[in-house]
Amino acid sequence: MSRLFVARNPRVAARCLDGEMMIMSGRDSTLFTLNRTATILWQAADGTTPLDEIVQSKICPAFDVEPAEALHDAENVARELASHEILQISEEPIPPATALAGESR
Amino acid sequence: MPELTAEVERLSLVIEIGRMPVRVNTTDPDFLAMLERRYSGFLGSSEKAEMEFDVELVQPGFVQPSFVQRDSVQPGFADPDAGVRVTHQRGRWSLTRGDFRAEWNPAARRGSIRQSANPYSIDAVLRIVHSLVLARQGGFLLHSASALRNGKAFLFAGVSGAGKTTISRLAPPDATLLTDEISYVRKHDDGYVAFGTPFTGELAKLGENVSAPVAALYLLAQGPENRIDPVAPGEAARSLLANVLFFAEDEELVQAEFHSAFEFVSRVPVSRLTFVPDARVWELIR
Repeated sequence: MSRLFVARNPRVAARCLDGEMMIMSGRDSTLFTLNRTATILWQAADGTTPLDEIVQSKICPAFDVEPAEALHDAENVARELASHEILQISEEPIPPATALAGESR
Repeated sequence: MPELTAEVERLSLVIEIGRMPVRVNTTDPDFLAMLERRYSGFLGSSEKAEMEFDVELVQPGFVQPSFVQRDSVQPGFADPDAGVRVTHQRGRWSLTRGDFRAEWNPAARRGSIRQSANPYSIDAVLRIVHSLVLARQGGFLLHSASALRNGKAFLFAGVSGAGKTTISRLAPPDATLLTDEISYVRKHDDGYVAFGTPFTGELAKLGENVSAPVAALYLLAQGPENRIDPVAPGEAARSLLANVLFFAEDEELVQAEFHSAFEFVSRVPVSRLTFVPDARVWELIR
């Protein structure tokens, strides 16, 4: 089974305020508020760490959940965020030069 | 033999909103007189306008809507100018709505407006241009009423029906109305300054052309009693963004506006103001 890599889309603006991650699409001004899982995923999405490692190291400890179930949920979240062009997903590592340009302040 | 061409006199006036003087040129004295009445109190005398627009007047209905129009409110941003399209290409902004077409070149500080002889089209162009300029400077136009009291400016944001006109109408004599509809917020040093605007809502009364540091933003709600409640930072940012007037289809400016909203809520107290429609609500606003 191939691994999935995730990176923040450089074309969005993001801010974390009081634990709430808010993201605005530069393309159409749509505002998203991420839940806790999506926030962890977003913050860890550096383009080079595989999703399963993010799940193992960041999501499982935060939610006390089985790794297989957490990975399944994380993949769904990643694909949903990608459908809104908030995240980029790939089966190959995503070069940092494009992945990190839109990192939240 | 009669002259085939005649010198056309160019008439102009300077409209100064938020301390930004904009010269408007026309060849029609009646249109000029209409603008002088419309922007009375916001007419500048400066010879050094920051930008200049030539208005070409056409017959009503001559300006056709663009083929592609936004037909709904963009999520996240209030949009009182439905149908407006604002795009940026090769250093020029293009502004279109069914009743006008305008171009603006910020580098040259010049633009043109093609519209019929009405005050509404140029009003929309001015709002858009100001919103674009403010977006680059950390400020914004906000769908809110605002008033000055005790040397401080207070903003009252909310969608139509939330009470902007009502709270403006209830303002006591020692409060100066800046606007009942669209507030002008400019970043200044570590804070923000609100300016009066001629952009009116139901009250149809121009704001006073004065300014003051912003002391608070209130999110309006109507209820059984007058009270002020704290608002969580995330909700404050979301509510602010929902009321920012922003028109441009431009990623860089969208991002700038987004970050400006967060800067604002980190520096200006944001609360929910619930009020019954009577003047005692102003006892809470000082």
